[in-house]
Amino acid sequence: MGLTGLAIFKLLPKTNCKECGVPTCMAFAMALASGKATLDQCPYVSDEAKESLESATAPPIKLIKAGAGDNVLALGDEQVMFRHDKTFFHPTGIFIEVADNADVAAKVDEINGLSFERVGQKYVVDGVAIVNASGNADTFKDAVAAAAGKTDKVLLLVSEDAAAMEAAAAVVADKKPILYAANADNYEKMAEIAKKISAPLVVKGKSLDDTADLAGKVGYKDLILDSGARETSKVIADMTQIRRQAIKKRFRPFGYPTIAFTSEEDPYLEALQAQAYIAKYASIVVLKTTELACLLTLFSWRSNLYTDPQKPIAVQPGIYAIGEVTPDSPVYITTNFSLTFYTVQTEVESTRLPSYLIAFETEGLSVLTAWAGGKFIGEAIGPWLKDSEINDKVNHKKLIIPGGVAAIKGKIEEIAGWEVIVGPREANGISSFAKLKLGA
Amino acid sequence: MPVQILKEKFTGSVQEVVLGATKEEGGTRAYTVKLGGSSTLPFLQYEGSIPNRPAIAFEIMDIKPEWGAPFEPYYGDVWNDPVAWAKKAEELGADVLYLKLAGADPELENPKSADDCAKTVKVILENTTAPLMVEGPGHPEKNNEVLQAVGEAAAGENIALGLAEKDNYRSIAAAAMMGKHCIIGRSPVDINILKQLNIMITEMGIAPNKIINDPMSSGLGYGIEYSYSIMERARWGALIGDKMMAFPVICLAGPEAWRAKESYAPLEEAGPGWGEQKPRGIMWEAMTAAALLQAGGDIFLMRHPESVKLLKKHIDDLMKPNDY
Repeated sequence: MGLTGLAIFKLLPKTNCKECGVPTCMAFAMALASGKATLDQCPYVSDEAKESLESATAPPIKLIKAGAGDNVLALGDEQVMFRHDKTFFHPTGIFIEVADNADVAAKVDEINGLSFERVGQKYVVDGVAIVNASGNADTFKDAVAAAAGKTDKVLLLVSEDAAAMEAAAAVVADKKPILYAANADNYEKMAEIAKKISAPLVVKGKSLDDTADLAGKVGYKDLILDSGARETSKVIADMTQIRRQAIKKRFRPFGYPTIAFTSEEDPYLEALQAQAYIAKYASIVVLKTTELACLLTLFSWRSNLYTDPQKPIAVQPGIYAIGEVTPDSPVYITTNFSLTFYTVQTEVESTRLPSYLIAFETEGLSVLTAWAGGKFIGEAIGPWLKDSEINDKVNHKKLIIPGGVAAIKGKIEEIAGWEVIVGPREANGISSFAKLKLGA
Repeated sequence: MPVQILKEKFTGSVQEVVLGATKEEGGTRAYTVKLGGSSTLPFLQYEGSIPNRPAIAFEIMDIKPEWGAPFEPYYGDVWNDPVAWAKKAEELGADVLYLKLAGADPELENPKSADDCAKTVKVILENTTAPLMVEGPGHPEKNNEVLQAVGEAAAGENIALGLAEKDNYRSIAAAAMMGKHCIIGRSPVDINILKQLNIMITEMGIAPNKIINDPMSSGLGYGIEYSYSIMERARWGALIGDKMMAFPVICLAGPEAWRAKESYAPLEEAGPGWGEQKPRGIMWEAMTAAALLQAGGDIFLMRHPESVKLLKKHIDDLMKPNDY
């Protein structure tokens, strides 16, 4: 959707001065169009041309960064409506609300403590939203200060009272918090506060029209959008419109990340609502619940949705020791597709029998796909196994293979001179297999 | 600043399929369930119509399943008796009953015969009022034998027979046509096979309003994104007019969610931060279903009654009009 070479050429000085390194302005325009050159290589381009070129080549949704230090959250810069068209780039930030008149320190401690691990991934909450529920500026300021003293997570300051916001923002100026929100009444003052500390500012409309209006006139470019909708189906409609208008129409007022707040009271329904917002384009979702089941499932969903469909996810091929292995430990083999590997690893761990697990190089394919593709077959595993370091690590020659590919047993035995034991078809059969066959 | 709402102009829609037949229609069901029919992306009613809300099918089996402790309190008193189980599923809010004839698997010690299966289906139909879907035991030859008998036993009831697969669809299609039933076509998380199978089934002479697609869901945390994207692509295909991608989709949320350790592992075997099993299992299934809802699922195969309650409320919210 960038400009063509010809369109760019029209905006250049057309002097063919060669100072950019190419012989003609036309050649330079072509290089710009294909992304091989940047505009700053031309010393004579006019400011006016610069502005129109930059806005034409800018991404459809602006990249906004919040937070400081090791906890910078990148939002927006998305390019597609569907993940299968390319990928989704910046995972939705998951924030949890804390009321300024509650026990802020205790709540923030609780949020800090929320940490989940599964299939080799670790999930933590991205940010804390301090809500000016008291309506009092001093309470808000103290709560923000208390939260900042407790956590390095990204802070979201929620107050539409400009005076309260100004005082609270000053306390955390160096943390690059997100300020929520500029509305029709306070936007000039809010923009001024945000500018002063270079923090992202949410504009909150009463409708899409109102939101576009505010984003256009606020006079500040580090924005995040809230259309004001709170009903699930309405939020999905608005978020889809915002994303679609930004990407397909390059409608500038909507070229920013978005934020959604849950409205369900029941924590489980709230998590499902947040799930829909993650699926349908929210850059940040703000929740109230700290229930483990709600957050574990929500983080898992986010991780799946933002997996890049263009590349298979693989672990480093090799021999992994699980537990305090000895030369007698059993040896399992599976593929290096990360989901398969981590599922098997989890199950082998839970047998509590120290074991070796080989992640065989299948270029990130699962067992059956790799088998069908000739990457997880006796002719591939046999020669590798014969010369593998595993021969020095254990004093036996017994290999456990996935039950789904029992057919490769003979060939491995023939080539590697190992005995092959056919394991269960599914990873969840490993624990009973280990009990029955390995004495775990 | 007035915003011009940007609507996609679609020419196609998802095929509408009716499950079940009432007395007037030659069956004995108290009601029928309509699947599909959408002429827009999931829940964007402002640019098209969504005539039928996503339906809930409860999974039941003809033998005691290996579902273990999490389900004992809910089905422990009925899972030895498919009729009692079917009735319980109706009480728990099933729109549709989904019977898996696992007991006919020839690899079992005393596999049930095709006749046994036909009898089970008949007696379930006599004792329930919801439309029925029936899945064979999975073994190719036995599937054909069993589903033919079931199709005959359920004549007039407009049940769904499955699973027809690329390498084994002819005799299931024949059984479906003979008894005027619907057919479930299964493809292995593959958009090309999905389309190819639909073409093959259609060429057999099955009417489009009798075909349901099972693109094989993956569960939350274990490849659900593949299912999500394939369903999104199929829905888009349907809306731009590809009739061979336009059949209503069943999502296997229950069975897939409960394969994951995250759903069933008791607290002592749980990973860091996972918490108690009960809410975790319920949410794992509900979240799997909710995610696939956003990709365009039309009917959801479910297990846990609490997950179903959550899903239904969530669907209520999603189905609220959002016109501009």
